[in-house]
Amino acid sequence: MRKFKNYSLNDKLFYGITTAALTVVFLAVLYPCIFVLSASFSSGIAVQAGKVVLWPVDFSLEGYKTVFRTPSIWLGFRNSLFYTFTGTALSVVMTLTAAYCLSRRDVPGRNIIMLLFTFTMFFSGGMIPSYLLLRSLGMLNTVWALIVPGAIGVYNLIVARTFIQSSIPEELLEASMMDGCSDIMYLLKVVLPLSKAIIAVLVLFYGVALWNNYFNAMIYLTDREIYPLSIFLKEILLASQIDPSTLSDPESATLLAQMANVIKYSLIVVSMIPVLLIYPFVQKYFVQGVMIGSVKG
Amino acid sequence: MAAKQEKKNHKLAKKIRARWQIYLLLLLPVAYIVVFAYVPMGGLVLAFKHYRVKDGIWGSAWVGLENFNKFFHSYNFGTIIKNTLTISFYSLIASFPIPVMFALLLNAMRGKRYKKVIQTVTYVPHFISTVVMVGLVFQLLDNRSGIYGNLYTLFTSSTAPSLLGVGTNFKHIYVWSGIWQNLGYNSIIYIAALTSVDQALHEAAEIDGASRWQRLLHIDFPAILPTTSIMLILAVGRIMNIGYEKALLMQNNLNLNYSEIISTYVYKVGLASGINDYSLSTAVGMFNAVINLILLFTANWGSKKLSGSGIF
Repeated sequence: MRKFKNYSLNDKLFYGITTAALTVVFLAVLYPCIFVLSASFSSGIAVQAGKVVLWPVDFSLEGYKTVFRTPSIWLGFRNSLFYTFTGTALSVVMTLTAAYCLSRRDVPGRNIIMLLFTFTMFFSGGMIPSYLLLRSLGMLNTVWALIVPGAIGVYNLIVARTFIQSSIPEELLEASMMDGCSDIMYLLKVVLPLSKAIIAVLVLFYGVALWNNYFNAMIYLTDREIYPLSIFLKEILLASQIDPSTLSDPESATLLAQMANVIKYSLIVVSMIPVLLIYPFVQKYFVQGVMIGSVKG
Repeated sequence: MAAKQEKKNHKLAKKIRARWQIYLLLLLPVAYIVVFAYVPMGGLVLAFKHYRVKDGIWGSAWVGLENFNKFFHSYNFGTIIKNTLTISFYSLIASFPIPVMFALLLNAMRGKRYKKVIQTVTYVPHFISTVVMVGLVFQLLDNRSGIYGNLYTLFTSSTAPSLLGVGTNFKHIYVWSGIWQNLGYNSIIYIAALTSVDQALHEAAEIDGASRWQRLLHIDFPAILPTTSIMLILAVGRIMNIGYEKALLMQNNLNLNYSEIISTYVYKVGLASGINDYSLSTAVGMFNAVINLILLFTANWGSKKLSGSGIF
């Protein structure tokens, strides 16, 4: 790269403006994140009075203590982990199997079957018919309602199929067939070991979607015992339903009012922990995933 | 002739038999898509019926277009359509070009490490769930204890006017919080496309005296144009599918006149109100889905005419 001082005035100006503009965007994204973190570590009174600007004021862990004393948060966390793990496992297996089959050019009718899948991306029965279907299948208010209906995301299927088609050479299939390898064996022994990157992408896409799922839980579930975290988050963050028994002085109504904001900020941070923990490890995979998806829209 | 045809059929049957394991593997995924996507599509007949629980979907009486008429003549039809169109077009116009510009500038920026930091940070908000995102927006825009209120007080030393209580602000809050959340993530695809630009083009243009800005305009931008047009078609096809989850969570009594959109109405009529009108809800949902499909085909046709690339 050339030295900056060798650029023309025109280019210097361009680089200056570009860096400035991107810095503004960068700070606009970063600042709210820092604010939330700072507010969550401040005292209830300071947050309530609007004293927090950048750094924590009257450092306190009271918000976090209250969050961790709330039983519904633990229940929600446990349930969401269950939904995320089982749902992701089911989805990845189903998607990868379908993607492999539809990537085989020697299968008559594969384009028709592919069309069957892609069409559903653009048109669907909608909320009520899906609801009635789940009701007649007896899935309403069971854990299946959150796992099964979204088992195959067609976009993810396309990404996986494109990956298999473009990264596993067809000569490999011919050679394996010559050696008497069956179609299922080929999937297990050849395709699977070569698909680690796409499996990571699928795990990430499905995992995040399942962890964040809210709407299906709201319409399909009524039993609090099987609610995912998102429902409990909504109750506290948006409806301010804070259980008074989790506060250090349950009798005091003023304390509850004071603490409400700090509790919410702490909760926002806590709910982000799982994603932020895995984020550094998966960053390169989701970039890869989006890129594979872009190869063929 | 007939013999030839028969031979061909025979060959095909042989081909299919040879791949029986593939069809076996496909059984479950295909059964899944038929049950969970096509059976509900069949359920769309509800839109033309008067649903009664004891008669079921198929037993209920046909009523023709009555449900659609009911929607078109309902007192809030005008408001709903207006809100849906306002929010969707605003959303498209504001949030489509920004990631493209962001990617172009990021690509042109000097300083690899700073670039990486900006990318890493701007991708993160995408992973915030809708519920938390809405909670976050409400907290931060609070006029007494949020960022907005605190900064306002810091600079003017008076209490900020409420943003969240004003219905007309709904669309701005909705659209810009979406941009904040997805700007980085949506730019990935363009950044990826930009890495494939031939550096020889840049070198040649530099020798000819093109400034960096001119190169951005005449080399980088045309390079990502096909990707951009495909993304635009997809965005247009989704235009009426505003994220109802977010809209629903952001709704309150103060902004309902500005925040009720088709998809939230579908939910309320069908599942959330005391008297659930399944047929009306299905009809409204179908109306929305059909408009979407038409928009998608139109956008695809237009893109093919203009740039030669479409999604089908």
